[in-house]
Amino acid sequence: MPEVLKAPLVVEFPFTRSLGPVQSAFLTGLRERVVLGVKTRDGRTLVPPVEYDPVTAEEIRDLVEVAPTGTVTTWAWNHEPRRDQPLDTPFAWVLVRLDGADTALLHALDAPGPDSVHTGMRVRVRWAQERAGAITDIACFEPYDGEPAEPAGHSGEFDDAVTGIVAAARLDYTYSPGRAQSAYINALSDRRTVGERCPSCRKVYVPPRGACPTCGVATSEQVEVGPGGTVTTFCVVNIKAKNLDIEVPYVYAHIALDGAGLALHGRIGGIPYDQVRMGLRVEPVWTEGARYPDHYRPTGEPDADYDTYKELP
Amino acid sequence: MTRHAPATARDIAVVAFAQTDHRRTSDDLSEVEMLMPVLHEVLDLTGLRTADIGFTCSGSSDYLAGRAFSFTLALDGVGAWPPISESHVEMDGAWALYEAWTKLLTGDADTALVYAYGKSSPGPLRDVLTRQLDPYYVAPLWPDSVALAALQAQALIDAGDTDESALAAIAARSRSDATANPHAQLRGPVPQGAPLVRPLRTGDCPPIGDGAAAVILAAGERARELCARPAWIRGVDHRIEAHSLGVRDLTDSPSARLAAERAGAFERPVDTAELHAPFTSQEVVLRKALRLDDAVRVNPSGGALAANPVMAAGLVRIGEAAARIHRGDSDRALAHATSGPCLQQNLVAVLEGDPR
Ligand SMILES: [Zn+2]
Repeated sequence: MPEVLKAPLVVEFPFTRSLGPVQSAFLTGLRERVVLGVKTRDGRTLVPPVEYDPVTAEEIRDLVEVAPTGTVTTWAWNHEPRRDQPLDTPFAWVLVRLDGADTALLHALDAPGPDSVHTGMRVRVRWAQERAGAITDIACFEPYDGEPAEPAGHSGEFDDAVTGIVAAARLDYTYSPGRAQSAYINALSDRRTVGERCPSCRKVYVPPRGACPTCGVATSEQVEVGPGGTVTTFCVVNIKAKNLDIEVPYVYAHIALDGAGLALHGRIGGIPYDQVRMGLRVEPVWTEGARYPDHYRPTGEPDADYDTYKELP
Repeated sequence: MTRHAPATARDIAVVAFAQTDHRRTSDDLSEVEMLMPVLHEVLDLTGLRTADIGFTCSGSSDYLAGRAFSFTLALDGVGAWPPISESHVEMDGAWALYEAWTKLLTGDADTALVYAYGKSSPGPLRDVLTRQLDPYYVAPLWPDSVALAALQAQALIDAGDTDESALAAIAARSRSDATANPHAQLRGPVPQGAPLVRPLRTGDCPPIGDGAAAVILAAGERARELCARPAWIRGVDHRIEAHSLGVRDLTDSPSARLAAERAGAFERPVDTAELHAPFTSQEVVLRKALRLDDAVRVNPSGGALAANPVMAAGLVRIGEAAARIHRGDSDRALAHATSGPCLQQNLVAVLEGDPR
């Protein structure tokens, strides 16, 4: 079996999220070093506070300040912190019930080692130096052996309340395209286009994805197609793409390579954009070191007859 | 909402089950290349062709491999053109089975193909799973899946419900049972290893791997034609806990218990339970919530501790339970699937064979 192709794939998604009134008050409070809970109708105080009662689904808005001190209700020792976690030295994950709250908040506890942590231990908030209205405004918790702090009775009303958060996320993958696409990509590096034929309906897929979607069977017979092909349809692009050094207008086309059962797409060059037409015969143009054709240009052959490509999508 | 099939409804059964060998990596295969042999195998077991299937439903998540719309590419393996009646859930395949079951109950279809797949190998699974958490208060801290399970395990230890040696025994029993399961990823003696996130050791955690599974459902007489001993679905129900971990009692699973009750699990004893407990400590919670005593054979397949292809592992539990009924090894089985942190969502299905 040929070597499996692999490439790094980074997916980043900075979600911008708006906040409900309770979330807004809680996160704004953290910015101001105030911890707020929300009271349910049956008198419990939820920290972190939520917009709706988790039992009754009733809307809840009655904010109450709780202490920045509390008690660990369960913990787990994390000896190898991962990239985006709150501390980069070994720490304990903890659920902490703050003094005045009936529920627990998840965060990190900075402690010297697992032997110094236990359920029931007393802790307090360590505030981040720079705070923006986010759960990370709590840098972490730290051991605390004093009395419960007295909350000041904050109303939950703030000037300049935060109304949203930007939640950045990055995940690093190793992409591997699988058998059929690897064969396709490997052939391209020899400037050949290789599709795969369905053993059942005989259609040749380019690029191949490993299965015939009509028959639901594996394609495996490799078939070299092209290099020439026929424009089956096209559009004129008038908007310059970011990071793409191509003058507009230009033509982007569906091209059925000779022998292929469906069209792939590519840019048409070497001909004024307003002279491109369905049926135009084209061939790939490769640039040095490229892994796929830069564009396709006219071959000079007579146009293909419509009947030869009308069934090709 | 449930999920007891009403008395007038038709009987629906799992008539076939197939799964891949679950592997640490399948980087030589695309999703559809990994999935397709399982689809063919499950169809072959019944003699059905794609064109005979009334409804197709799948479960998967694009986040696992970082490939947008991977489920549409996977659909190539079904033979979905001309268009078929089809649906997808961004959930474990057990929830796809639930959708297919309700579809068959309506009478809209007589047969259904349900499949699920997951390739966890391309990405950092522990971190990927943080993206399903509360985006305001929890996800920004990136608490990984093992850390959250470890918080639950410590709560169980504090409550006196288990200890490290009892957890190790669950791990050992699971991998020992898996020696009879040729598809399992971890089999036989596996060291408990060092703490990963204390109190959980590597042995308490599921293997990370890639895999796929498929089942076929059929209604009434159609099921009897397709399978010598159909695994009749007597009920399915799924329930969810409150979102915030800090409002839950992590040592219990009221949602699993309620789902089991609504699915009819407590009406008569089951002889077998396939539990989707990726961490040893979660089996402790589920045994308590589902009232399983030592008379019940738990996870004869080895369970998720032996193979945990994310998005398929829950469907595998239903498939394994059904396969035991097909083989005559069980008469009444409970199958459970979970999703989310610390058993947040739970699905319970009750399966029965015809009396012998
Ligand atoms: Zn075909």
